[in-house]
Amino acid sequence: MKIRVTVNGALYERDVEPRMLLAYFLREQCGFTGTHVGCDSSSCGVCVVMLDNERAVKSCTMFAVMADGHEVTTVEGLANGTELHALQQAFWDCHGLQCGYCTPGMMMTSLVLLKQNPDPTEAEIRAALAGNLCRCTGYQNIVKSVEQAAGALAPAAVVAK
Amino acid sequence: MPITPATPERHAIGLAMKRKEDPRFIQGRGRYLDDIVLPNMLFLALVHSPYPHARIVKIDKTDALAMPGVKAVITGEDLVAANLGWIPTFHGYDKQMVLAVGKAVFQYQEVAGVVATSREAAFDAAELVEVEYEPLEVIVDPFVAMKDATIIRDDRENKTNHIYHWEVGKRDETNAALAASDVHISGKMEFQRVHPAPLETCGIVADMNGGSGRLTLYLTSQAPHAHRTVVSLVTGIPEDKIHVISPDIGGGFGNKVPVYPGYVVATAASVILGSPVKWVENRTENLTTSGFARDYHMNVEIGATTAGKVTALKVTTVADHGAFDAAADPTKYPAGMFGIVTGSYDFPIAFTELDAYFTNKAPGGIAYRCSFRVTEASYAIERGMDMLAQRLGMDPAELRLKNFVKKEQFPYPSPLGFVYDSGDYHRTLEKALGKIGYGDLRREQAEKRKRGEYMGIGISTFTEVVGAGPSKLFDIMGIKMFDSAEIRIHPTGSGIVRTGTRHQGQGHETTWAQIVAEELGLDPQNILVEEGDTDTAPYGLGTYASRSTPVAGGAIALAARKIREKAKKIAAHVLEVSEDDIEWEDYKFKVSGVPGKSITMKEIAFAAYTNPAPDSEPGLEATFYYDPPNLTFPHGAYIAVVDVDAETGETKVRRFLAIDDCGVVINPMIVEGQIHGGLTEGFAIAFMQEIRFDASGNHLNTNFTEYLVPTSLETPAWETDNTVTPSPHHPLGAKGVGESPNVGSPAAFVNAVVDALSPLGITHIDMPLTRAKVWHAIQAAKA
Repeated sequence: MKIRVTVNGALYERDVEPRMLLAYFLREQCGFTGTHVGCDSSSCGVCVVMLDNERAVKSCTMFAVMADGHEVTTVEGLANGTELHALQQAFWDCHGLQCGYCTPGMMMTSLVLLKQNPDPTEAEIRAALAGNLCRCTGYQNIVKSVEQAAGALAPAAVVAK
Repeated sequence: MPITPATPERHAIGLAMKRKEDPRFIQGRGRYLDDIVLPNMLFLALVHSPYPHARIVKIDKTDALAMPGVKAVITGEDLVAANLGWIPTFHGYDKQMVLAVGKAVFQYQEVAGVVATSREAAFDAAELVEVEYEPLEVIVDPFVAMKDATIIRDDRENKTNHIYHWEVGKRDETNAALAASDVHISGKMEFQRVHPAPLETCGIVADMNGGSGRLTLYLTSQAPHAHRTVVSLVTGIPEDKIHVISPDIGGGFGNKVPVYPGYVVATAASVILGSPVKWVENRTENLTTSGFARDYHMNVEIGATTAGKVTALKVTTVADHGAFDAAADPTKYPAGMFGIVTGSYDFPIAFTELDAYFTNKAPGGIAYRCSFRVTEASYAIERGMDMLAQRLGMDPAELRLKNFVKKEQFPYPSPLGFVYDSGDYHRTLEKALGKIGYGDLRREQAEKRKRGEYMGIGISTFTEVVGAGPSKLFDIMGIKMFDSAEIRIHPTGSGIVRTGTRHQGQGHETTWAQIVAEELGLDPQNILVEEGDTDTAPYGLGTYASRSTPVAGGAIALAARKIREKAKKIAAHVLEVSEDDIEWEDYKFKVSGVPGKSITMKEIAFAAYTNPAPDSEPGLEATFYYDPPNLTFPHGAYIAVVDVDAETGETKVRRFLAIDDCGVVINPMIVEGQIHGGLTEGFAIAFMQEIRFDASGNHLNTNFTEYLVPTSLETPAWETDNTVTPSPHHPLGAKGVGESPNVGSPAAFVNAVVDALSPLGITHIDMPLTRAKVWHAIQAAKA
């Protein structure tokens, strides 16, 4: 099937098997290997990407053909050139990663959370990340990272509060 | 732990330096195994046995071979013909089938491999390999296996399911001391079968280059050099023709130490077909076939006086090793470091014995975030001490303080043969008790008990034994367990350090740079750390068993000191003074008695290439192979506070405090991160995880919807702090830390839950403490 998917701002036109998962489309057809695969059962979240700038989706649970005509953002689309996104900076500052395998999915889920809720509580962050597993960090520094990023991204009104 | 801001000019050890490896990971530029794509690469998919024990009557490849894109279908018989049917296990007591030969001995065992031009084609064709099985009697219980009614491994000379007996200590004297004790507790406990389940599964890209004759193996390997040697020994390919590259690893936890059938089949396929072959486990393959951990059935007996002074310890274990004895233990230690089972306590006498059995389960017995069975041993003694406290009606903290090895007793020869290097157990526990407000918590608990509420406080004061190890005692397949470092300082004062270890998230790219920077007064930001490439790194035994800092860390410090010795000669030459007048102070060389006359290591580096000392070689580099004189013995005091809902059986972990003593801390931020992660794995083991089988041998936890990994919602908030008791023999005084939290925490959780339920007369519940299990225990106690 021929599909047209915008990934990180560029259009990718590819002929794919209908059964191809979005995760493998991104990794093998578009070369965005920052999106990982970890469980085959939609349990672990290392494959999370952002769809249409508004939704965090597990790309192992979506066929590439379902993304036809849509816009996908992966971890490679986070930074603005060489300037790190506030989430990337925060994960680095707060030791929010160890082996790095879950990190792209964690950041993409957090990105969508902060779009929807720019000033989340710790409980809200933990709830939002419940679909993203991490075996290394115990989540505490990931939560801290998201809190720092929220602060950095916050409009002045939130900072004043 | 306090976080100190890093500045390049300050000395580097002890600083919470941000990690140097992180920029690539946060930008999606890590390079993990499955990211590797080579020209003409083929894909391997494996066919697995649906039966836990079955004779293989026939394998028909016809339909699979007829599929488009299929290049080969490989069976066990094919590998036997190529002399690759079996591979040795790490400690050398057993051998392991690569693909099932004659019969399958556990469910999901690898039976055939299909190689095709795409992942999808390989998996499609694997479905078409027709295998005819004749089911056999299945044994999943080691206590049934020991009856030898059915022999699982009839390939072996001895027709028995018994693998080995191991013991250490004094049996008769211990039995006598137990019999003579005022108080004698005996408790059965299981440490259930669990799986490390790193989020990245295991995999390989095997690339036999017909032109160069070299075999390059990109491998998810915690021990690349050891794997290179094993491949050479098994295949007969000369070791110089084998290049192992371990790329970024998405978590290991011991899972990526063994050699797995998929690696061997992919390698064989690449040699036969002359193309690169990739194999990547799916999650089900990971959970069902590769390295499980624990599965120890233990009985703990402790003797004590009525005043609570321990008199003797005896631990008897039945170990379930699955269908092959693939446990990754050092050769002379079939039960790993289980002899650490006397823990932090001064037992006058002790004895422990263990019998291992084959069952129709996956092989493994790997050291899951654990220095070879230390976790099982630590759990046994920490649970046992709480059982004793409960019997005596004594506070478990008081019992521990009464029986700790005292700090003046170090180096402490334990009754089971270790010599503990250093420790201050009283200080660590007292710090924990003070910090958590132990007295207030006990008062609160007493109030709650009056109201019928179940609050529990659980203590675990473990001692680990890590850093294997001294070559006189420790080897794997004969290879001594030293580690190594090579440091090269470039003319402009930056440098590279290479080691035989391979990190999987532990932060070596940062901490190794900190060690070199500390020893040489250089900027850690300009010290590159490279691991995982056997062509460039010096030989080492890899990263597991908390051995990287104790062993490779020592090698790095000592290699750097060799460089400093040479640099001193250059300093004398450049400053035109005698070497005797040169002192290393404030991270530079100074001329004694001449204020202001000094030279930095950066300047010396340039001189080493532009103005070398006449009596020494040009250049500035050194290699050190470090054979540690002893193991290191990190310890800690952990306290869990839980509330158990007796109506539902649910446990809420209200607080968890970990005071760790891993000796000198190189990077407190990284150490704290390791503690958080290990505690979370310990929490998972205590409350959620178990690889289970039904009576027919069916594996019941084949993916993450059945084998639970804690999420951000369940995981408690961790409180951490430390004490520092340097290791007297380690060049930096460091002891290793990655595994302490996983070793020490399960007992703290279980002790807390049992403490909560002790008014009901409950003395033990086996892990995992699921709601259902706790609820049933409460109901049984009330009945």
